[in-house]
Amino acid sequence: MRLFRQPGSLALPLFALMLATPAFAQHALIGEPHDWQISLQPGYSPVMQDINWLNNDIVTPIIGVISLLVAFLLCFVLWRFNHKRNPIPSRLTHNAPLEIAWTVIPALVLIGMAIPSFRLVFFENRTNDPYMTLKVTGHQWYWEYAYPDQGNIDFMSDYIPQDQLKPGQPRLLTVNNPLVLPVGENIRILETSGDVIHSFFIPSLGVQRYAIPGQTIETWVRIDQPGTFYGECNQICGIGHHEMPIEVQAVPLQQFLAWAKGAKQQLGENGSVPPVSQFAAAADLRPGAMTRVAEVTHRPVTSMGASLGTTPQGRGD
Amino acid sequence: MSMAAYQGHAEHAHHDHKPGFVRRWLCSTNHKDIGTLYLIFSVCGGFIAGLLSLLMRWQLMWPNHHTFLADGQTWNAVITSHGLIMIFFTVMPGLIGGFGNWFVPIMIGAPDMAFPRLNNISFWLLVPAVCLVLAGLLTPPGAGIGWTLYPPLSEATYQPGLPVDFTLFALHLAGISSLLGAINFITTIFNMRAPGMTMHKMPLFVWSILVTAFLLLLSIPVLAGAITMLITDRLFGTAFFNPVGGGDPVLFQHLFWFFGHPEVYIMILPAFGIVSTVIATFSKKPIFGYLGMVYAMVAIGIVGFAVWAHHMFISGISVDTRAYFMAATLVIAVPTGVKVFSWIATMWGGSIEMKTPMLFAVGFIFLFTIGGVTGVVLANASIDQVLHNTYYVVAHFHYVLSLGAVFGLFCGFYYWIGKMSGHQYPEYWGKVHFWLMFVGVNLTFFPMHFLGAAGMPRRYPDYPNAFAGWNFVASVGAFISGASLLVFLYVVYRTFTSRETLADNYWGEGATTLEWALSSPPPFHTFEELPRIG
Repeated sequence: MRLFRQPGSLALPLFALMLATPAFAQHALIGEPHDWQISLQPGYSPVMQDINWLNNDIVTPIIGVISLLVAFLLCFVLWRFNHKRNPIPSRLTHNAPLEIAWTVIPALVLIGMAIPSFRLVFFENRTNDPYMTLKVTGHQWYWEYAYPDQGNIDFMSDYIPQDQLKPGQPRLLTVNNPLVLPVGENIRILETSGDVIHSFFIPSLGVQRYAIPGQTIETWVRIDQPGTFYGECNQICGIGHHEMPIEVQAVPLQQFLAWAKGAKQQLGENGSVPPVSQFAAAADLRPGAMTRVAEVTHRPVTSMGASLGTTPQGRGD
Repeated sequence: MSMAAYQGHAEHAHHDHKPGFVRRWLCSTNHKDIGTLYLIFSVCGGFIAGLLSLLMRWQLMWPNHHTFLADGQTWNAVITSHGLIMIFFTVMPGLIGGFGNWFVPIMIGAPDMAFPRLNNISFWLLVPAVCLVLAGLLTPPGAGIGWTLYPPLSEATYQPGLPVDFTLFALHLAGISSLLGAINFITTIFNMRAPGMTMHKMPLFVWSILVTAFLLLLSIPVLAGAITMLITDRLFGTAFFNPVGGGDPVLFQHLFWFFGHPEVYIMILPAFGIVSTVIATFSKKPIFGYLGMVYAMVAIGIVGFAVWAHHMFISGISVDTRAYFMAATLVIAVPTGVKVFSWIATMWGGSIEMKTPMLFAVGFIFLFTIGGVTGVVLANASIDQVLHNTYYVVAHFHYVLSLGAVFGLFCGFYYWIGKMSGHQYPEYWGKVHFWLMFVGVNLTFFPMHFLGAAGMPRRYPDYPNAFAGWNFVASVGAFISGASLLVFLYVVYRTFTSRETLADNYWGEGATTLEWALSSPPPFHTFEELPRIG
């Protein structure tokens, strides 16, 4: 059963307006913030789609209505009970039914909001059936990515200083060795840190956990479509806190596997990581590969099922 | 609550001799003089921290902007000092030390605080404390750890040297100051109420200070324990928060937020008290639902101790822990809603005069509501996964603190400055101050919701270009707010050079608490004979 819809499907006109911005029109802006953005980044993982739905369709409309109600009441009393219009004040100080109402009604609204939110908290927690594990280690001031299931590939990902950026690469988001991940697979992410606390934060994928030295913290992601997704370190970690971005390149599984194989070899030879674009052919050459990718990327969002144990979230094959 | 039958002050005016300058201001034991010292201190702290925030907005006005703050360590030192000075040396001394000292004894009909010398040391501990925070900022390379002080970044390995030690000792001193103040308020309120002033007749401002004092009493020792462990980690080789020695960085987060969350209520509850008083005065109506208001504050205080880990949803705490802290946090919205609706109901049917204090009070209600409802969004651990540590959080806590607690400070200033000084502020310039500040702070902080939703992390001296637009708007708003503070200085100047004399109760029938039965300013020794509350 699908409990959460796609983001924005029933949103208020305001959110429809936000979502109609060029973010969707230009493929280049997938997975990164855009100018004058006022809403959450669109989701490219089941978790982020659910977060978008809960925030844009449930919680933000509720708090918007409450704020407008308070604003309206304030304006009304200031106008209606101004001392010129109402020179004699009343002595009204009690109204038990009213006081009960404004205690009980907000409580009910909160309970109504909390039910889907609780389900999402448990859904966000972990994936029970991961295709692979990614190990993320935060360092001052770069990220280290390790792939224990792909022959222990392990490399550093450092931001590219402004004077070395190529045209089209966003400043303070682009890195030398992006994190490469397969599309459509459940990926277990294990995080730790080599020094101070960092936070591994990719907004458009709904991923965020602290990387804490001495601890291993688990979260997960499943990326719905190929593309580039940017994130940033989100916990103060010293001088270079703003200079350790995250760049994820999500590619079809076959291309990922070809890249992993090539990366293993090249890391052994000269210590460098080949760009994943070199392996684009791997996905295309295999018969049926793209069909398979199409299947997994358009697989319905099973959402809450996993945490409740009713819908197994398999590898999709 | 009701005005006391007290007209005694005129007769004993001849006893009203004041000590000389040094004894009066350096060795003061008089609650009104100590309150004045606290208020002056708070204004100075506010201007320092406000200046820091303007520097920060200058750095963030454009992406890739190279001011002297562009260096990450300098930047981190400035944000740390801004936070600590605003909290410990502006809002707390202003609301609790300043207005609390001035008006709690008067409102309950007590001649002074229970422990006048303790009161003196409470204030004077703040002076070395703020000097140490400034030393932490100005000693190179500066204490760049954030006001949350999270280890391991604050451990000696990553921030060696004196600046962080200065900052941690500053918090110890400020903590002792607050603790002594809290003990003093609790003792005073429990034991020194005038005959007939039962607990359920106490003005809401006194209740707010009482609840605040309990929060301080129970939370400050936890902070003191945490920073003591941090200090011994730094200086004596212990490893409470160092995983290499079996310690745990997350333990610090639990201890810090066990203090840190009640701390935000410590800053906002006294503002609730002031706003309640002002709303009742200018609506010429008693407060609506007095008991509901009292117990809403008590409930906020109690539940406020059981929600701390909502600051730690991303710290790897277990999913059940996240679910619990989310539920507990949402509960706080209920008593908070009771307060907001009761304030509106107090105005309902009233005869409202929109003087400057009332403008600040109404502004407080609306802006605090916005800060409150975005708190509900953040309370959802599910959504917080992408909002934690972003500018959405910065927007949220500035709406409740910068636009909440600071509006409470100005509300109290305009309401009581005539009573405290004997000189009335210029109404026109007070309103100019309000509107300029209202526009400025909203322009500053509202766009931060957008930045946070789009994923801009906090504590960044530079940001990806996509965030440039709203950052520019926020910076323009900050400079407008800065201009409003200059208007405030002009208001202060005009007030203290005014030759107008004020009646005892210059707000008229709506002002019913005991300070309005006294002269403006009140005599040096307030009550020679205890008032009787009818």
